[in-house]
Amino acid sequence: MELTGAEIFVECLKEEGVDTIFGYPGGAVLFLYDELYKQQDNINHILVRHEQGAVHAAEGYAKATNKPGVALVTSGPGATNAVTGIADAYMDSVPLVVFTGQVPRHLIGNDAFQEVDIVGITRPCVKHNFLVTDVNELAMTIKKAFYIASTGRPGPVLVDIPKDITTARCEFHYPAEITMRSYNPTVKGNKRQVRRAIDLMLESKRPILYTGGGVVLSGAAHQLTELTKELGFPITNTLMGLGGYPSMDKQFVGMLGMHGTYEANNAMHHSDLVIAIGSRFDDRVTGNIEKFCPYAKIIHVDIDPASISKNVKVDVPIVGDVKSVILDMLEELRARTERPDAAALADWWKQIAEWQGMDCLKYNQDMNAAIKAQFVVEKLWEATNGDAYITSDVGQHQMWAAQYYKFSQPNRWINSGGLGTMGFGLPAAMGVQMAFPEETVACITGDGSIQMCIQELATCLQYHMPIKVISLNNGYLGMVRQWQEFFYQKRYAMSYMEALPDFVKLAEAYGHVGMRIDKPGDVEGALKEALAMKDRLVFMDFITERENNVFPMIPAGAGQNEMILV
Amino acid sequence: MRHVISILMENEAGALSRVAGLFSARGYNIESLTVAPTDDATLSRLTLVTRGSEEIVEQIVKQLNKLIDVVKVMDLAQYSHIEREMMLVKVGVDKSAACEAVKRLSDIFRGNIVDVSDKTYTIELTGERSKLDAFVNALKEYRIIEVVRSGSMGIARGEASLHV
Repeated sequence: MELTGAEIFVECLKEEGVDTIFGYPGGAVLFLYDELYKQQDNINHILVRHEQGAVHAAEGYAKATNKPGVALVTSGPGATNAVTGIADAYMDSVPLVVFTGQVPRHLIGNDAFQEVDIVGITRPCVKHNFLVTDVNELAMTIKKAFYIASTGRPGPVLVDIPKDITTARCEFHYPAEITMRSYNPTVKGNKRQVRRAIDLMLESKRPILYTGGGVVLSGAAHQLTELTKELGFPITNTLMGLGGYPSMDKQFVGMLGMHGTYEANNAMHHSDLVIAIGSRFDDRVTGNIEKFCPYAKIIHVDIDPASISKNVKVDVPIVGDVKSVILDMLEELRARTERPDAAALADWWKQIAEWQGMDCLKYNQDMNAAIKAQFVVEKLWEATNGDAYITSDVGQHQMWAAQYYKFSQPNRWINSGGLGTMGFGLPAAMGVQMAFPEETVACITGDGSIQMCIQELATCLQYHMPIKVISLNNGYLGMVRQWQEFFYQKRYAMSYMEALPDFVKLAEAYGHVGMRIDKPGDVEGALKEALAMKDRLVFMDFITERENNVFPMIPAGAGQNEMILV
Repeated sequence: MRHVISILMENEAGALSRVAGLFSARGYNIESLTVAPTDDATLSRLTLVTRGSEEIVEQIVKQLNKLIDVVKVMDLAQYSHIEREMMLVKVGVDKSAACEAVKRLSDIFRGNIVDVSDKTYTIELTGERSKLDAFVNALKEYRIIEVVRSGSMGIARGEASLHV
């Protein structure tokens, strides 16, 4: 039977098992929306209030489920508004399929109303993109889009659909399988390299595992824990890798990098073997690259060959899926009679314990003074038993969330790591809440970030999303202010928000519950009260210490062993 | 070091701009670039000449391979290979003395005069880059009106080849 392009579009989504999409209608996608209207029972469409929100919501959905997130926006401004989210997904390897409407084919290139070359605009920030020029290719293109987005190193794929394609008709066949001669990601790691890696691990005196978002994306948290236990080595996670290893475990030395722990960064600096798994030696991790890990050999496991030896020269590269390679490592390790050097490891742990003795995340909450942001995060962790889905925006609050919420499971920590997109947190929380309606979802944010996508509070009301917004309000763009305090002689250039809205009234105006908390003694009670409101969004505006800083910190240009502690 | 990189890619709209965009976005240098379909109409072959350290070229090859439309990449610097470039030069030959001299130079360089007018000769010349440079240099004392160069193409010698 012949179907229209719009019908094919929806059939393809169903074939891919898509149950929820995030979007915003407009002229070029009217036929697609008309079809979605008819098929409401099959596909749940969440109407956001700005296209950036649609893409971040799809990211939140994808990061929490490891399934591709789907967004649908119209041509022109709809498409350009989606670009920030697409770039964000590209940096954090989020599987995403973004559909954009396009003007009819005969108008392309004519500067038509709401026309923009979105395929050209997004080319540098997508894993791949397509312009559909023939309705006969629509189904195959969508199949390819989902395949590319979710395999190999995941990423966003954009499909641009001209309006006249959505009304054109053709026979519909959805391909069950797909092969592409130009795209065959390597899944299985090279056996010989795995053996070499195990050799190095068994010889090492001061090893450390440094694991990242690849562990979470690959669904390898369980296997990583097994390997780490088997080896008895210390392990650190990147910002994106948090939850990939249980934070409360004694082998975990905390996050590394610019605002990582003193012990994690020093252990990296002094190690003789760095085992990097699904991490990419980002500049926020390495600090000054010239000073990075001067004594270490480096093993690097990554599904993306281009990530290997990009920033740091690697001794044993292993290209492959993280889970598959870890399983091979476990098998190889268990087949050996030798064990890691116990005496050397005991010395190494003794040294690490000394660094841990600095207690670098210690802070003091004076119960008669202003609320410390760290205190709020710690109390949130307690009140949620460390089991909530936490999204965050970007800035100081993000670092405090990463430092003080001890994640014990993967896919629970959802933030914008690579691109650092303010405005990510609230829409991402919507995506998570749609994926897990019964779970507690909290968005840790700041008074700056929350205002970048605050319009999504209306979406939360429309779809009954009982998100808990944890606003750590200090009246500053805190991270900018911190840098200005340290490196610009306290010239707080435009980092001060003089006209903050009354967030309680704002939340109420959007139909939600608003709370203002300004005393440390009220933090715990307020959190419990808010979390007990299972069916309401609660906007908790915590009035926190104004000039609080994120410590410890590796200043720009310094090495990992050159942290500022307070 | 100078590298000639051969790329086999899907003959799709936008494929070329993905390659060009990659180079500009990552700050890699393109010395020359030439592209055309192959005997298989679904494939284009692109030859790109770039300069960079071994690390940079390794990263360039990896990033090229990462592009979805790219089927295969070959760094010809790693093979014994042949490199050729074609050039068309239009030279002013108003004086009869110039006529003779330009014709002689063209013969020496094994060029072909492919177009003649009262005042101009147009010469076609194929060869390695250095030969083309030398020819342009030799023509310097005459009036060069226009130089068109195709950019380098390359192919590995012997059994080594780039195909699907």
